[in-house]
Amino acid sequence: MISLENVKMRYPGGKTYALNDINFKIEDGEFVFIVGSSGSGKTTLMRLLLKELEPTSGNITVADINFNRLKRRNIPKFRRRIGVVFQNFRLLKDRTVYENVAFAQRVIEVPTRYIRRQVPAMLTLVGLADKYKSYPKQLSGGEQQRVALARALVNKPEILLADEPTGNLDPKNSWEIMKLLEDVNKKGTTVVVVTHNREIVNMMKKRVITLKKGEIISDEQKGGYIDED
Amino acid sequence: MRISSVLYSIRQGFKNIRRNLLFSLASVGTIVSCLFLFGIFYCVIVNFRSAMTDLQNTVTISVFFDEGISEENITLIGQQIRLRDEINTMDFVSAQQAWEQFAKQNYEDYEAAMEAFAGDNPLKNSASYKITLKNLDKQAEFVNYLKDLNGVRSVKSSEVTADGIAALNSVVTYASIGIILILLLVSVFLISNTITIGITVRKEEIAIMKLIGATNFFVRAPFIVEGITIGLVGSVLPIILVYFMYDNIVAYVIGRFAVVKNLFAFVPISELFSVLIPVSIIIGIGLGLIASILTTRKHLKV
Repeated sequence: MISLENVKMRYPGGKTYALNDINFKIEDGEFVFIVGSSGSGKTTLMRLLLKELEPTSGNITVADINFNRLKRRNIPKFRRRIGVVFQNFRLLKDRTVYENVAFAQRVIEVPTRYIRRQVPAMLTLVGLADKYKSYPKQLSGGEQQRVALARALVNKPEILLADEPTGNLDPKNSWEIMKLLEDVNKKGTTVVVVTHNREIVNMMKKRVITLKKGEIISDEQKGGYIDED
Repeated sequence: MRISSVLYSIRQGFKNIRRNLLFSLASVGTIVSCLFLFGIFYCVIVNFRSAMTDLQNTVTISVFFDEGISEENITLIGQQIRLRDEINTMDFVSAQQAWEQFAKQNYEDYEAAMEAFAGDNPLKNSASYKITLKNLDKQAEFVNYLKDLNGVRSVKSSEVTADGIAALNSVVTYASIGIILILLLVSVFLISNTITIGITVRKEEIAIMKLIGATNFFVRAPFIVEGITIGLVGSVLPIILVYFMYDNIVAYVIGRFAVVKNLFAFVPISELFSVLIPVSIIIGIGLGLIASILTTRKHLKV
C-alpha cells in the first residue's frame, strides 16, 4: 500500500511548493497513472516515494513502511522492495544486457547461483533472451527500456515505479512496454506509472491521478488524460 | 557480506584502478617515494641512534672526593649516587688504578715509572667514580647534583660534547619525523584525488546502486579495495629498494673504509627490516584505507 497524507514539498531555496497538500492512497495490486505536464511535480513525487527526497511536511507510507519512522540505515532494505524504471533508462553503458540486469541482484547481494538462473528468465520475459551479450548502445530505445524493466523486476518487487517509461519510444514500442507492465500488474505487483503520454493513458482505462502545479486536480478510476488548457 | 559480494567488490576495485590507471600509478608513485624516504630515514636514524648510544657511553662524568676522605665515605657517596635513575654505568676507579692508567698513557717506560714512584702514588687523591648517563640531555642537571654532595671535591665532565650530541640527535629525529609527516599527508591527498576521480566516473552507477537498494558499505567497498591495493603495492616496492640499497651501501662502506668498522657498527639488516617491513606495509595500507574512507564519506552521502 502507498499512502500520502498532507504531503508538502518545497525545495531548499524554492519560492513555491513543488507539491502542495497531496493526499492519495494506492492499494496493493493497483495500476495507477500519475499524469501532468512538466513542472507539475510528477518527478518530485516519484523521488519522494523512493525516499530520495524528504518531504517538507506530511506523512508518506510506501510498502507499509511509514517514512517518518524509517531509519536511515534501513533505507536500502526498504528500496529492495521497490522496482524502479528510470527516465531515460539509466543503463550502465560499459556493461552487457546480462550484466545490467544482474547488477540489480549483485547490489542487493543475491548469491551468484540465483543470479545465473533469474537473469535469463527475466530477459526471456521481456523478450531479450538472445541479446544478453549486447551493450546498451547496440540496442534500440525500446530494447533498452525493456532491459531497464527487466532490471526493475528481477528482484520481484512489491511495487514497480516507472518514470516516463515510454518517454523516448515510438507508439509500437510504447505499447509493448505497457503490455509488459500490465502483465506484471496482473501477477500482483502494484504498478505506478508517471507519464504524459496521452494516448496510452486514454487507452488503458486505469486509475489516473492528475497533477497540476503541485496539486492533485483529479483522481479517477478508469480515467483519461485531462488537457490542462 | 557474502563471499560473492566480496569478490564482486574486489573485481570492481581493480576495475577502478585499471580505468584511471594514470592516477592510480601516480598515487602508487607517491606512496613509493614516501615510504622509500621513510625507509631511508629509518635506516639512518636507527644507525645514528645506535652510534649515539655508543658515543654516549664514552662521554663520562668523573667524580672526585675531598682529600683524606675515608673509603667508607666514598662507598656511602657511591651508594647515594647509584640511587639516581639517570645512570647508565658507574665504575669506581681507585687512586692506584688511576695512576697505573696515567703512567701507561704517559711514560714510554711504564715499568720504570711504576717502580720509581712505588709506594708514593702521585695521584693519591684521584680516586673517582666514572659515570655514564642514559640520556645526555640530563647531564648538566646531574653534574650540579653531584657537586652539591658532601665529600665531593670536584666533578669533571665535557659539557660541550654532551650538549652537541644531544642537540644533533634531536635535530635529526625531529627533522626526519617532519619530512615523513609531510610526505604522508601528500600521499593521502593524492590517493584521495584518485578515488574522487573514480567516484566521479561512476556517479551514475552509484546513483542507480543506491536507488536499487545497495547498502552504504556495498557502494563503498570497491573504492576501499582500490585504496588498500594502491597502498599495498606502494609499500612493497620501497621495502625491496631500501633493502638492496642498505645491503650494498653497508658492504661498500665497510669494504672501502676499513676505519669505519672500528668507529661504529652498522645495525644489522635483519634487525632493521624486522621493523621496517611490517611498519611500511601497515603505513601503506593505512594510508590507502584512510584516504578511501575519507573520500567516500565525503562524496557518497547515501
